[in-house]
Amino acid sequence: MIRTPSPSLFRPKNGVDQSALKQHGQLVKDINRRNLLRGTVSLGALTMLTGCSVSDANAVQSVLRAVSAFNDKVQELLFRPNHLAPTFSEDQVIKPPRFNAYYDIMDVKPVDGRNWKLELAGRIENKTPWTAEQIYALPEEEWITRHICVEGWDYIGQWSGPSLRKFLERIGADTKAKYISFICADNYTETLDMATALHPQTILATKYAKAPITDPFGFPLRLRAPTKLGFKSAKWITAMEVTNTFKETFWSKQGFNWFAGI
Amino acid sequence: MIAVKSTERHRRQLHPAALRVMHWVNALAMIVLIGSGWKIYNDDVLIGWLHFPEWMVIGVWAQHALQWHFLAMWILMLNGICYLVYGFASGRFRRKLVPIWPSAVLAEMRAALRLKLAHDDIRHYNAVQKLLYAGVIVVIVVQVLSGWAIWKPMQLSELTRLFYDFQGARLVHFLGMVAIVGFLVVHVVLALLVPKTIAAMITGGPPEHDEPAAAAPLATPAE
Repeated sequence: MIRTPSPSLFRPKNGVDQSALKQHGQLVKDINRRNLLRGTVSLGALTMLTGCSVSDANAVQSVLRAVSAFNDKVQELLFRPNHLAPTFSEDQVIKPPRFNAYYDIMDVKPVDGRNWKLELAGRIENKTPWTAEQIYALPEEEWITRHICVEGWDYIGQWSGPSLRKFLERIGADTKAKYISFICADNYTETLDMATALHPQTILATKYAKAPITDPFGFPLRLRAPTKLGFKSAKWITAMEVTNTFKETFWSKQGFNWFAGI
Repeated sequence: MIAVKSTERHRRQLHPAALRVMHWVNALAMIVLIGSGWKIYNDDVLIGWLHFPEWMVIGVWAQHALQWHFLAMWILMLNGICYLVYGFASGRFRRKLVPIWPSAVLAEMRAALRLKLAHDDIRHYNAVQKLLYAGVIVVIVVQVLSGWAIWKPMQLSELTRLFYDFQGARLVHFLGMVAIVGFLVVHVVLALLVPKTIAAMITGGPPEHDEPAAAAPLATPAE
């Protein structure tokens, strides 16, 4: 049976506005011309270190992003699919966990768990949305692991919830696909590589220290991937897409390394 | 044939071209690593009162500092591997950096503090120089290891364990930076006091050995 192709949740509703392209056609051409110079700038970029604002210059930034993309590939090669992150005992757990987001904890907008649904899209057989009740009824796994932030701090946390791998298998996701993208209630976006999604310690977390996670930490559902920097573990997830198309994320758009493995 | 080889050996400059290139590549990569490392450090300081002022860091935001750091680390590592292979294979480390006798280090340190250290012959490293150069090589090797332990504390958890934990690796990485910056200050000040050392690192400097006639009037013909 041929399924009606469901439009991606990630597709813009009104298509792309072409007028902007027409208006800025000349600029787009200039940018492409500039790209030709990229290859020549790599060593030159280093000698141009006259001021710190150099990181913002377009040509330099494109070189640095190319290196970051190279580092993504290196990290994919370094990733050990069955190597577990070190685990700790319950008395080492910090309660509550440390908060971080792209805004202050006072600005967290709580998600109403009763109306909340996890929507599914992309290369998944059964795309029926899940309620919080259904997800909280799934078998749980618990991992006490170190959470490491890109800023440099860390703490030991006790997260539990359904294994992402088992959840993907249950919904009939194509685990040969390359990526899983997440959309969050606060418009945060995140994309995981499939290998990390299938790692035994990657879970859809619903609890912290055995109690349901609270609003600042992603209620009702968040990701917890101990083999990634903290920012990869998206909070307040509302939609998930299994896809072969790479999508830049909230932080990778701003220049942070996408793979962000640890 | 033997005579030609011998002459080539005698004509070898104090700092062969390959070594000079590696020195300056290393200097550049190290400066980028230090400047960007300071910016990364500022996001979560190890010592409460210590923040590096914005004018002395590389990177407008943390992500730019990270981008620079993860570019320069490859340059430093690849260049460093070439340097280590070169240093051992060419015999330069053996000729220039060892032996280091503690008694000589102490004596020459005392002389240096009284500003009476001889440096007429820039081809010959005194014991303090040997200690600093050999020491900074070891520190940079440890710095690379602690850097990997910070970058990959889960994939390379065995390595990170050697530094106790993630924060232990950060602390070692920070102290390594302090040691390298300390070396850099001493190194640059001394080089400025004896400018011909800087010229030698640019042009190659004098032949490493004296001409056979001058050095050894009774040179054995067998050589």
